[in-house]
Amino acid sequence: MSNPQNLRYSKEHEWLSVAEDGVSTIGITEHAANALGDVVYVDLPEVGATVTAGETCGELESTKSVSDLYSPVSGEVTEANQDVVDDPGLVNSAPFEGGWLFKVRVTEEPDDLLDAAGYTEFTGA
Amino acid sequence: MSDALSENAPPRRTALDAVHRALGATMTDFAGWDMPLRYASERDEHQAVRTRAGLFDLSHMGEIAVTGPQAGELLDYALVGNLGALKPGRARYTMICDASGGILDDLIVYRLADREHEGHREYMVVANASNAQVVLDALTERSAGFDAAVRDDRDAYALLAVQGPEAAGILSGLTDADLGGLKYYAGLPGTVAGAKALIARTGYTGEDGFELFVDPSDAERLWRALLAAGADAGLVPCGLSCRDTLRLEAGMPLYGHELTRNTTPFDAGLGRVVKFEKTANEGRFVGREALAAAAERTREQAPRTRVGLVAEGRRVPRAGFPVVDGEGRTIGEVTSGAPSPTLGKPIAMAYVDAAHAAPGTPGVSVDIRGKHEPYEVVALPFYRREN
Repeated sequence: MSNPQNLRYSKEHEWLSVAEDGVSTIGITEHAANALGDVVYVDLPEVGATVTAGETCGELESTKSVSDLYSPVSGEVTEANQDVVDDPGLVNSAPFEGGWLFKVRVTEEPDDLLDAAGYTEFTGA
Repeated sequence: MSDALSENAPPRRTALDAVHRALGATMTDFAGWDMPLRYASERDEHQAVRTRAGLFDLSHMGEIAVTGPQAGELLDYALVGNLGALKPGRARYTMICDASGGILDDLIVYRLADREHEGHREYMVVANASNAQVVLDALTERSAGFDAAVRDDRDAYALLAVQGPEAAGILSGLTDADLGGLKYYAGLPGTVAGAKALIARTGYTGEDGFELFVDPSDAERLWRALLAAGADAGLVPCGLSCRDTLRLEAGMPLYGHELTRNTTPFDAGLGRVVKFEKTANEGRFVGREALAAAAERTREQAPRTRVGLVAEGRRVPRAGFPVVDGEGRTIGEVTSGAPSPTLGKPIAMAYVDAAHAAPGTPGVSVDIRGKHEPYEVVALPFYRREN
């Protein structure tokens, strides 16, 4: 598996795109999706909600377990991916693309986000 | 003591360990064994078993041989079922209880026709991996005074299962054994892809299928032969994750979830496995008095009942979650829960107070992390195959 070079990563296994007009897209990594197994339900933060870096903002349910979804940055949610709510399997089949989860107008970014090489090393891949 | 030791020991690996790793399986520690959880998508594996066929490594299961002139009498005394009456070549689902009627394990017992001769019987008891030592110890202790021997055969077998509607067709191409004449819950000795095997028509998926007990040295060759023979029919390797959702849809209990040492077979709604009428040993068997009392108690006042629950929403109930009524009072507890690939909704098995156990009882919810999600009470199983 390869982690896209143009993204940054949290140690909670979320990815974050480069901001466009101050808005970044957030999802979970392929490593995390593989660890979860088939995702069957996603609970995403609502548009307009405020999320805080490192705090839970939703949940991902798979066959075996439920996992908290953390926001890698602080800010205001501008969009939640309705496609992934309707078809949670997108998290497994396209975690870096169609399986994105939500978008945030970033107000604050922690300084410990990893680049692709750092995240790959972090996951021991 | 032995439990404490085994917890510190590295997990055991089956004879197929290298095969699983080469297939890229996600492995999991299960009852002290390193087992394949899934190879790719567990939902795809589940659907393969429902519609085509799946191949499982179940070598963690614990085989125990019970042999000798009084092997049948010993099992009648040690287990709740009437195993002395089991016909050669047949198998039976049964349980082993403690003196207070608590379930130590649920078992499948096979009577091995080919190993028998005048005055000698041989049974194979298959225990859950997590309980195999407990069962072995209990059988050994209970064998005192019987002309019968109990032998740990856990290392003598690898166990491969082919399950699904295409299973018989796939297997028939690899064996001369008369599969058509092999009934559900029967076993016969045979050769499969050149390997000597006990071929049993048993499983834990709700589908037709076979379990193949073979020498571990034959396991890899047999696995490859089965995958090759089943390729056109859509046979895929399957892990323990889909085995759990398959058995849950089929309404089959799992030890540690629906069945525990604090549960009698009657409390689990499985009192039918207890045979009070058996004649060997003057009808004595371990747990008899307590089980008779449990039968009486559950007859007079229905206990919590094992029911099925089907979600109206999409959040998944998990073992231990409370079941609540319309006023938020706890009326039961979830013992197993998962998203059902066949129904496309979360399902659960739960023990629920008898007053709320009837299918369609209104107002039943599961407390999922503080939120009461509505659930429909249904009769088990959730899924039953058509033929």
